[in-house]
Amino acid sequence: MPHPVFRKDPPVSGAGALELIVRGDPALLAIVRLSLLVTVSATALASLIGLPAGALLALARFPGRTALVVAINGLMGLPPVVVGLAVFLLLSRSGPLGSLGLLFTPTAMVLAQALLITPIIVALTRQTIEALWEEYSEELSAMGVSRGSAVATLLWDLRFPLVTILLAGFGRAAAEVGAVIMVGGNIDGFTRVMTTSIALETSKGNLDLAIGLGLVLIGLVLAVNALAWGVRQWAGAHAG
Amino acid sequence: MRSTIASAVLALALIAGGAAATSAQKKPEAAAQSIVVASTTSTQDSGLFGHILPLFKAKTGIDVKVVAQGTGQALDTGRRGDADVVLVHAKAQEEAFVANGFGVKRQDVMYNDFVLIGPAADPAKAKGGNDIVAALKAVATTKSPFVSRGDKSGTHSAELQLWQVAGLEPQKAKPIWYREIGQGMGAALNTAAAMGAYVLADRGTWISFKGKDSLAIAVEGDKRLFNQYGVILVDPAKHPHVRKDAGQAFIDWLVGAEGQAAIRSYKINGQQLFFPNASPSG
Amino acid sequence: MRLEDITLRAGGSLVLDDVSLPLARGVTTVLLGPNGAGKTTLLKVAMGLVAPTSGRVDEATACGGAPRKAFVFQRPVMLRRSAAANVAFALRAASRPAATGEVDALLARVGLGSLGSRPARLMSGGEQQRLALARALARAPGIIFLDEPTASLDPAATKAVEEIIKSMIADGVTVVMSTHDLGQARRLADRTAFMARGRLLETGPAGAFFSAPATREARSFLAGDIVL
Repeated sequence: MPHPVFRKDPPVSGAGALELIVRGDPALLAIVRLSLLVTVSATALASLIGLPAGALLALARFPGRTALVVAINGLMGLPPVVVGLAVFLLLSRSGPLGSLGLLFTPTAMVLAQALLITPIIVALTRQTIEALWEEYSEELSAMGVSRGSAVATLLWDLRFPLVTILLAGFGRAAAEVGAVIMVGGNIDGFTRVMTTSIALETSKGNLDLAIGLGLVLIGLVLAVNALAWGVRQWAGAHAG
Repeated sequence: MRSTIASAVLALALIAGGAAATSAQKKPEAAAQSIVVASTTSTQDSGLFGHILPLFKAKTGIDVKVVAQGTGQALDTGRRGDADVVLVHAKAQEEAFVANGFGVKRQDVMYNDFVLIGPAADPAKAKGGNDIVAALKAVATTKSPFVSRGDKSGTHSAELQLWQVAGLEPQKAKPIWYREIGQGMGAALNTAAAMGAYVLADRGTWISFKGKDSLAIAVEGDKRLFNQYGVILVDPAKHPHVRKDAGQAFIDWLVGAEGQAAIRSYKINGQQLFFPNASPSG
Repeated sequence: MRLEDITLRAGGSLVLDDVSLPLARGVTTVLLGPNGAGKTTLLKVAMGLVAPTSGRVDEATACGGAPRKAFVFQRPVMLRRSAAANVAFALRAASRPAATGEVDALLARVGLGSLGSRPARLMSGGEQQRLALARALARAPGIIFLDEPTASLDPAATKAVEEIIKSMIADGVTVVMSTHDLGQARRLADRTAFMARGRLLETGPAGAFFSAPATREARSFLAGDIVL
């Protein structure tokens, strides 16, 4: 990992932060790339589990279902640092999954973030599917559609709302610092992401750099939200 | 339905797999040797590692991953076996670590010193002195604001010991001018700058700290402000997975001529921060 | 087909009480009665969406083989797609090929020929009702059940829908519908079935019903009174 330029020659004015971004400082880019890698992977993993789980929860009826729905809605508000602590204790060498040697690696960060956002994806998916299923199920069965096909139809018609749910999960994961700093260790060049860098540089008094990273992070979050908005608009115009 | 859901799941799995694969591209680097060193935030913030670790890597090809935490947490990381080597500056705690069977041996590596930082207004009239104990007494008497790290770190232990020598225990009495923040050195300096308070800092973090504002060194040079660093290999008998060969290689380099020279050569603004003092017998 | 002795209990109450009704081919049957009489439920039982607690639905026809059935709900649910996609979906669901020509023909038949690419959920109430009819016709049904097809429509839309219903009847589709609109019943019915409180009180040729209703409740209803 090349010694980062910004550590030795810090910018002396706020404009310096923007200069780093515009110049495409390689260390800055590496941090941004790792952040995206971790959060995209975490979102993919959480979706793999969360979308089917949310669909199942929306459509199946079993004793204790209501309690489960309430519990998952509550888990949406899991504090990231608590998730970080839980995963840390699991992955520590002294913990149950210690033999995997995953602590202080990007994989641990992916796992922690995935754990954090899965409840969000499950809860929002359930809500979205349940609402439309109430409308669709009778109409589709009158059309002679099998239950399985009806579910597939529902999911296809919900493809845009489901994408915005994934974007919501992504946004939440990208913005958190508590989980990744605990399980990643904020190791220079290895597990340091935008949020943990901001925390570190602020604590070192490198506020200009911290602000620079903050601008990139805000830009990312805004872009994701704009994308979600765009998807909703397009879906509204084309599918109603 | 099954086929549609299955294909959606497959698509997501492919995305996840792709992401994992690109992150796995980092693995070949890590498959080359690497060790995890648990050290302190003040050491990390001083920039020392950024200077010496590339030299070590160039020599041995071993990647050193530093997890920077408070001293208490760094030792705990070693206890849990989540690090291969521990490098902190709290001799008593380090010796206990070894005595309790978590570490193989403790060796001196280097020292830096603490300085008492104070606000420009200098309400305790401590500036320019070289007696830390007298300065602390003055801070207490004048009830000047004082920021403590309060995080079981090496700096925190040193601070408490100095108060004890001064015959005071503000961490127990908790008077209003004594502010424990439970965070690292950078945060403590930020807080002190914002509050116009005194704070005990290691010189390394102080020199490279960017937000000095109107803070300045009040007291320095007192022998009691010495800050000794020790390095310990986490005991492989306790944690068999510890990479003891690479870890020992790091320790040997650190206390050997090359590592000591590397430490000596690290300067900020022309000032040397750390003074190597490993004993030749190792 | 015929409904024989249909009784349905749900949630502790008697929704349908021993209802028997023949639904002959080519005879337009209109269910009349106050709200809560059980008209919608009877239609759903006939369609097979709801199972009766007792009684049976006999679907054998004189030529053998059950007729293809279709149902249009009072508030039809549009799929979140274009109008044409909704029709295509209905065709595929009925195991019929969803050729563009067929879709266009069905849309044209209900007067929505130019609105094929409009998102169905953004269409007006009248347009959605007509689209629901197109979806029903996509099944090439022998019998269509319509639950209050013009209940929420303005007069222009109502007229358009009635024209479509008349054309369906002319094409040989058996229409069984419920309505609140006595005028509509007069216009469309061959046979009426008057229900109240889950029971079939009177059934027979429409003309006879309107001119000389047999039961007290029917007379009250036709006079515009509230029938409890």
